[in-house]
Amino acid sequence: MIEFHKVNKKYGFNHVLKDISFTIHPGKIIGLVGPNGSGKSTILKLISGLTYPSSGDVNVLGELANRRIASKVIYLTEADSFYPSFTVKDMLNFYESQFADFDQEKAIELLHFMKLNDSMKIRSLSKGNRGRLKLVLALARKAPILLLDEPFSGLDPMVRDSLVQGLLSFIDFEKQTVLMATHEIEEVEPVLDELIMIENGSYLGQYHVETIREEKGLSIKEWMKEKYKG
Amino acid sequence: MAEEFHSSQPIYLQIMERVCQQIVRKELAPGAKLPSVREMALTFGVNPNTIQRTYQELERMEVVLVKRGQGTFVTEDTAKLMNLKRDMQRQIIQSYVNHLRELGFSNEEMKQGLSQFLKEDHDD
Repeated sequence: MIEFHKVNKKYGFNHVLKDISFTIHPGKIIGLVGPNGSGKSTILKLISGLTYPSSGDVNVLGELANRRIASKVIYLTEADSFYPSFTVKDMLNFYESQFADFDQEKAIELLHFMKLNDSMKIRSLSKGNRGRLKLVLALARKAPILLLDEPFSGLDPMVRDSLVQGLLSFIDFEKQTVLMATHEIEEVEPVLDELIMIENGSYLGQYHVETIREEKGLSIKEWMKEKYKG
Repeated sequence: MAEEFHSSQPIYLQIMERVCQQIVRKELAPGAKLPSVREMALTFGVNPNTIQRTYQELERMEVVLVKRGQGTFVTEDTAKLMNLKRDMQRQIIQSYVNHLRELGFSNEEMKQGLSQFLKEDHDD
């Protein structure tokens, strides 16, 4: 469970989150959507305890989010932080040394699934394979909360497809909750349970995607266009 | 591989329709076991909660039944399967009729059009 209660975040005079409240229940895949600069990454950072609210509370699994939450939250940032001289195998070993919940066996299974060779050097990986490796490292952990920041940006449709299949195959839906910030909504709408929409740091709402299709007869993309216009 | 869906309709309904088609065509025979929720989610590239919903609706329609600890099975009740078949036929006829009505065709013209079409189609 993740709870935001009247959260404000200011960087100097820049008011990036304004009075945001929402609740995310476990076992779901939630899309966090909004135009660039609307505060999506800040929300993810608050959940992972990398930054603190200026006011209000961020509760994660029943406690206030802080740096110790890192053992329970997997945070896949938009940028990757790989050492170019490492091999894929080195990277796996490094993660195992850093995270108690890292499962080597699952990681190797994931490498096979993503068709990655563990002897390859990071610097020789294509952009798509770096994206795949990031997801391998994230999904090999057992932590209950998985945060993904623009996991598909700049990747071609083939890679996106394999990432979506990877998510569906390896997430433990009984125990894990996924929150992904994205503006490529078309790629992910079939896998989402809910959407949380924000704009300019303000909360617009939380919606069940099947209900939108059912009640409005619109695709999520069409519906979002209307929402953001109004 | 992920399947394509109409993005403006609920996915659980679209999958329900596909499963019903398979049942009516007997690709899923009476008493056959449906794939697990996870398998279906992967086949269609959708959220497992969506498949859960599909299975719940099919169960509510009594087209499938859930056996605890064993999985979900197509009903063996022939009357229910006949009902399903008739419902699906009705839906298609309904949309045929609606479309032609919009174009101003009378009932008589519709019947004639259909039997004419079937005759020609048969001759091929």
